[in-house]
Amino acid sequence: MLEVKNLKASIGGTEILRGLSLHINAGEVHAIMGPNGSGKSTFAQVIAGHSDYEVTDGTVEFNGKDLLELEPEERAREGIFLGFQYPVEIAGVNNAYLLKAAVNAKRKHQGLDEIDAFEFLKLAREKMALLGMDPKFLNRGVNEGFSGGEKKRNEILQMAMLEPSLAILDETDSGLDIDALRAVAEGVNALRTPDRAIVLVTHYQRLLDYIEPDYVHVLSEGRIVRSGDKSLALELEEKGYDWVREAANG
Amino acid sequence: MSTEQEDLENLVNRRYEHGFVTDIVSESLPPGLDEGVVRAISALKKEPEFMLEWRLRAYRMWLEMQEPKWAHVHYPPIDFQDISYFSAPKSDADKPQSLDEVDPKLLETYDKLGIPLHERARLAGVAVDAVFDSVSVATTFKEKLSEAGVIFCSFSEAVINHPELVRKYLGSVVPQRDNFYAALNSAVFSDGSFVYIPKGVRCPMELSTYFRINAANTGQFERTLIIADEGSYVSYLEGCTAPMRDENQLHAAVVELVALGDAEIKYSTVQNWYPGDEEGKGGIYNFVTKRGDCRGANSKISWTQVETGSAITWKYPSCILRGDNSVGEFYSVAVTNNYQQADTGTKMIHIGRNTSSTIVSKGISAGHAQQAYRGLVRVMPQADGARNHTQCDSLLIGKECGAHTFPYMEIKNPGAKVEHEATTSKISADQLFYCRQRGISEEDAVNMIVNGFCKEVFKELPMEFAVEAQALLSVSLEGAVG
Repeated sequence: MLEVKNLKASIGGTEILRGLSLHINAGEVHAIMGPNGSGKSTFAQVIAGHSDYEVTDGTVEFNGKDLLELEPEERAREGIFLGFQYPVEIAGVNNAYLLKAAVNAKRKHQGLDEIDAFEFLKLAREKMALLGMDPKFLNRGVNEGFSGGEKKRNEILQMAMLEPSLAILDETDSGLDIDALRAVAEGVNALRTPDRAIVLVTHYQRLLDYIEPDYVHVLSEGRIVRSGDKSLALELEEKGYDWVREAANG
Repeated sequence: MSTEQEDLENLVNRRYEHGFVTDIVSESLPPGLDEGVVRAISALKKEPEFMLEWRLRAYRMWLEMQEPKWAHVHYPPIDFQDISYFSAPKSDADKPQSLDEVDPKLLETYDKLGIPLHERARLAGVAVDAVFDSVSVATTFKEKLSEAGVIFCSFSEAVINHPELVRKYLGSVVPQRDNFYAALNSAVFSDGSFVYIPKGVRCPMELSTYFRINAANTGQFERTLIIADEGSYVSYLEGCTAPMRDENQLHAAVVELVALGDAEIKYSTVQNWYPGDEEGKGGIYNFVTKRGDCRGANSKISWTQVETGSAITWKYPSCILRGDNSVGEFYSVAVTNNYQQADTGTKMIHIGRNTSSTIVSKGISAGHAQQAYRGLVRVMPQADGARNHTQCDSLLIGKECGAHTFPYMEIKNPGAKVEHEATTSKISADQLFYCRQRGISEEDAVNMIVNGFCKEVFKELPMEFAVEAQALLSVSLEGAVG
């Protein structure tokens, strides 16, 4: 599904990704771990197409298409979803309105009719119940005055509504208390399907207690320095990131 | 084909039968302004003596006045002797004969605004004979109004047919000497609308200049007078979302509203005059004086405006809250893009007891545009129990534009309750990226954010206007980002 080869990217002239390669198949859950500044979030932003980052080398293929050629909105419509680390507030824009616009943008891209209001509301309520969200959230401004946990849950709601084929969740666990973490994790687990891939970008092993990955990759200085199964995350927790750095340099 | 032609002829005849089109004067005056010009205008319009005297008084006052310089707008000096103060409307023979002859770019805009086909012809100035749908609508409309006793006609007709009303109310809200442009308008006004709603009558429909086809060319000095007699109600719609082109650069209109006891006037405007090109060349100077007088107790005047056009807008629809318990409202969305300038706001003058006013102003600036909100809340010593709430928000798109707020408050009654809230926000790159990551294009994202910002005002607009206004905003802000 996603084939990243020797990806190099920089921001403001500083190189962050220094030859990252990664292969992801449908149905898989990958965790990308690494110390602060290793390039985890940059990787997520580059895949989503953020214009602050300049791709200087390498290729990214998504379902056979050259991803780097596409605008951010085209990538989204093709099925790439980014769960933001810091979801932005958009005052005055109704949460339901944004969701519906997003769903319809994707449907239009797929050659489908726009979803009607009734059907949309039914679907949204269903997904919200699944995430333990109050339906009142639909009528509030996008992330406006939401708590940290509410914002992250809102990201998962958007993911549930948009049904992406590749979801990258950037530090979805940061700032969450244990109950919120569990609710978010349950939501993500419910969205695990054989035709969907999920990438968890995380600093801590904690999230992986709730969402069990098939693969764990450790990022250091813009490159994947180690890959393994879920036991790698535990080993990392035990030995700390210095161990990886040494391994990378050694 | 022949039946169609018959239909057309029938409709046209019916229109004349009901006297819907006033006689068109064919003369035009050369540029320049002196007393002779004022006399000539009055004579061309066959006005009674009182009207001529009124115009002449205004002209003499204007001579002694100075062009105002306090607004936050910049433009080269206007040569008032270089303007022709009376030009007859174009005859049908000079107009485009069909939409095929109209600038395709204009038609494209109509398309984006979702304007029905039969309206496009009228808006683009196609010969009126070709526009039949709206004519028949207008005819039934006119009949219904006269049944209710409502007078709705051009200002020129009112001067001839209802001189007692014109005499009593003209200039009673905006006196001739009120300001430089109001004085100029009073001297040379060409035409406009006149509305009188009798006692206790709720006007059976929203009145719109749209239905007054013969007023399509009211020119640059428009004059509107609306009187709501005791216990009556009227909602008046001015303007149109379609871009209006005009050869006259200076527009100086005056609108006067009078609400007697227990009466209510709701005045909604959509202004979309030509704003000039992307470099700011051309474009209309829109210097308007609009004021409503809540003359009777328990009266209410509500201004709602969506201002997207004109190169320069200078406009402060105001309310004089004279009657006890009277209510004044001002809801405004002003959009400036490219090199547009707007200095707009309102004045609420509390004179009566327990008067209240609400001001909601939403300003959106993009490109190199500059926008100012200028508002005055004045509470007179006798206005016990006066209340005002002002909400003034600005939204900036891009880095080159500016928003300025000049709120003035003069509170002479210690019991008055006056609140003012103001915010300035920006559409951030993060917000746009967030929306795009959800599959929403940048342009749609901007529209979504802008419409969310304006919805408090849009909900005050009559339904069909509100829908058009949303479309208008997106067209006005096209290319504002990226």
